[in-house]
Amino acid sequence: MKTITVLGSGCAKCTKTAETIQRVAEALKVDVTVIKDSSPQLLLQYGVMQTPAVLIDEQLMHSGSIPHRSEIEQWLLAE
Amino acid sequence: MLYLFTRFADWTIIELIGLDKDSRLGAALHFFIEDTTKIFALLIVMIYLIALARASLRIERVRDYLVGKHRLVGYGLGSFFGAITPFCSCSSIPLFLGFTSAGIPIGATMAFLLTSPLINEVAILLLGSLLGWKFTLMYIAVGMAVGIIGGFFLDSIHAERLLQPFVRKAFEASDAAPSEKSAPTASLGLRERHRFAADELLDILGRVWKWVFIGVGLGAALHGFVPEGWIEQNLGQGQWWSVPVAVLTGIPLYSNATGVIPVMESLIAHGLPVGTTLAFCMSTVAASFPEFILLKQVMQWRLLALLFAMLLVSFTVVGWIFNGLSAWII
Repeated sequence: MKTITVLGSGCAKCTKTAETIQRVAEALKVDVTVIKDSSPQLLLQYGVMQTPAVLIDEQLMHSGSIPHRSEIEQWLLAE
Repeated sequence: MLYLFTRFADWTIIELIGLDKDSRLGAALHFFIEDTTKIFALLIVMIYLIALARASLRIERVRDYLVGKHRLVGYGLGSFFGAITPFCSCSSIPLFLGFTSAGIPIGATMAFLLTSPLINEVAILLLGSLLGWKFTLMYIAVGMAVGIIGGFFLDSIHAERLLQPFVRKAFEASDAAPSEKSAPTASLGLRERHRFAADELLDILGRVWKWVFIGVGLGAALHGFVPEGWIEQNLGQGQWWSVPVAVLTGIPLYSNATGVIPVMESLIAHGLPVGTTLAFCMSTVAASFPEFILLKQVMQWRLLALLFAMLLVSFTVVGWIFNGLSAWII
């Protein structure tokens, strides 16, 4: 099961990113855990300068905007 | 070209609704219709064009460019990039961390963060169309000066001592050398630029449209319903105390530049001195508690309080200076 972390200090776009990922995962019937994390330490650790950012299994996939649906599908379906 | 919008408002008020343009309600509605149509038309055209031009400006590149620059150059550049980079307050923390951990001095970083909310393309556009180019140039100069002087001040008191410990550690661990890991800069084709600009347009409009209505609505209310001459009689001489009062009034008001500029237009038209108006506007836009609370994640309380006091003092001084110079400006 993939663990997906959305990084960002509680802005509207971060919430929306997490919701979108959850919804796409449900539609694709992929089992995921979506977590939101607003800790500045994590931003520093991954060198994220624009939120929202998305980590999948601790790997930085995306930052700076709400990801497009097609991108999310790719992430979720990748092995 | 902008007279089109005045004509349109004339036509709506007189022909369509059948109100007297000089009645209270008529004047307020006229102001509202003229300004909202003008602002939205300008916003749509200009945000798109500007985004097209700056599609390849990435914040990571700004960071790499600022790393290793001399401090004094850093303040000016930080403030300049703060003005031209798109910015949303929820990005201030990651941006602060990214700059600081790359070894950019806190002064240059804060020059960026202080100027950023004050100057952006939307603000410049509104000022230019509502208050004229002289005022706009002056506003840009003052906004950058606040960032540059603020940055200089923070470095000279060694503000990095007052960061949260983990940030300070990251700052000290950086070697202040230009970063090697900067992403290769792909050249963008027209299609990518268009996509970026369209996304940007929707994003910015989505954020500011309600501020346009609120700002213009308040401006219109002031325009139609504050008795003619009241502001001028009571505050028109630029009494020294009116500036700090304007700054304090601006603090609890939480708006961005888009919302406050139509109010400025109305205040100035009613005879509020330029400096007082400017002080009020800057305080509303840049000194807001919600954003300061966010910065608590990376700064200690003492630094936050210092920063806040610094802003209030500089806005007051700006107000006094411009009240003194007001004959030249408008």
